[in-house]
Amino acid sequence: MPSLGADMEAGTLVEWLIKPGDTVSRGDVVAVVETQKGAIEIEIFEEGKVHELSAEIGAKLPVGAALAVILKDGEAPPAPAKPAPPAPAEAEAVPEAAEEALTPPVAAPAPVAPAPVAPAPGPNAISPAARIRAHELGIDVSTLRGTGPGGVIVLADVDGSAQKPKAAPPKPASPMEEMRKAIAAAMTRSKQTIPHFYLSETIDVQPAIDFLETLNDGKPPAERVLLGAIFVKAAARAASKVKTMNGHFTDGAFAPSEVVNAGVAVALRGGGLVAPALMDAMSLDLAQTMAGMRDLVGRARAGRLRASEMTEGTITISSLGETGAEAMTGVIFPPQVALVGLGAPHVRPWVVDGAVVPRNVVTLTLSADHRVSDGRQAARFITEFETLMTMPEAL
Amino acid sequence: MTKDEIRAAFLEELSRVAPDIDPATVGDDDHIQDDLELDSMDVLNLVAALHERLGVNIPERSYPEIATPALAVVYLDAALKSAAM
Repeated sequence: MPSLGADMEAGTLVEWLIKPGDTVSRGDVVAVVETQKGAIEIEIFEEGKVHELSAEIGAKLPVGAALAVILKDGEAPPAPAKPAPPAPAEAEAVPEAAEEALTPPVAAPAPVAPAPVAPAPGPNAISPAARIRAHELGIDVSTLRGTGPGGVIVLADVDGSAQKPKAAPPKPASPMEEMRKAIAAAMTRSKQTIPHFYLSETIDVQPAIDFLETLNDGKPPAERVLLGAIFVKAAARAASKVKTMNGHFTDGAFAPSEVVNAGVAVALRGGGLVAPALMDAMSLDLAQTMAGMRDLVGRARAGRLRASEMTEGTITISSLGETGAEAMTGVIFPPQVALVGLGAPHVRPWVVDGAVVPRNVVTLTLSADHRVSDGRQAARFITEFETLMTMPEAL
Repeated sequence: MTKDEIRAAFLEELSRVAPDIDPATVGDDDHIQDDLELDSMDVLNLVAALHERLGVNIPERSYPEIATPALAVVYLDAALKSAAM
């Protein structure tokens, strides 16, 4: 079970897209996992043949749990998993890296999925299955009395407690509540750990709007380009020039990214937000950028985003669209270090060539991480973006 | 195509673009952006879907004329009739 965000603890397997005997290669979508941020397609980072699907549909698995066993070319299958004596049979909930399960038995005679050693019986000793069930039902394990060997809390104790009317479990959270929780966790962490600073500039986007009017005139809808695609393209170019805006801050250090994976914030109806990344945005021309964004928005609505898109963004662009407020000061998505907030275009009196004329302008607010950059770099990013807005045909 | 058929086609494409909207709950005067919260990308996807299904190429300046199901039926009906003439 891969981590699909710093705050993810577990995911529920909802669909297998492979079966034993299939050949898989790096980047293939192999499964769908339900997370707090909706259903996400999981890609594989191995090559080989599917030997076994270890996880069952519907299983809620902690990050790091083995999902499947993939054998490389010529690799012998591992010894069959032995049921570990003290723990109940929920072996799929065992945290173990998939790669370890791939090791041939000669090199590592360990069983594929050893269950964790049962904790020594004590006041709160609890079987793994009972712990998972208690977590699902929202039951505080310290309130339970164990009836298993040595007083261990077993599944029946949790279920028994859940059936008592006064200990009725809370209703499972709706997907919307789950998403709010995920956003709350990520945004709180961001505001508590990232020393944000902000620079703003109001930018004349009339050249871009005029350019698009000409470009889109007479084009069928499927080939039209939106202002949002110009923003993403310009932000990607600016990020590629100002390296301190593009990358990840992890383990106390900033790692700039060679490629620009442009996170595109998509508001979901009824609340909630996802920001899947348009991978390697610098390699795309304007039409490809637009096509990529349409695809991302469509899949965000249908709950078909990929794990890499959820975790590999290097900078986020959040645009309020074509109507609405004129400025937005955004919160950076950890572990990224910058977010470009763009208000909706507004017609304002503007000085062009010494004369006051009505122009469409947009206010850009760059949120940046002060651990990584200072005002000078942020100002340079904005200047790059603004320059590109004067020559949209070059994008 | 009758107006009822046009309305049904519009709602079907709308719910395809925005799978979380139940077409049965959409009112004739619901604004696709203000009430149904379609963003500009969704609107473009809807216009593209209508183009494919009905053959009506809606230019950007006419987007306000399909902003509600009621408006869209009038606009698409006129466009289909003028194409047939």
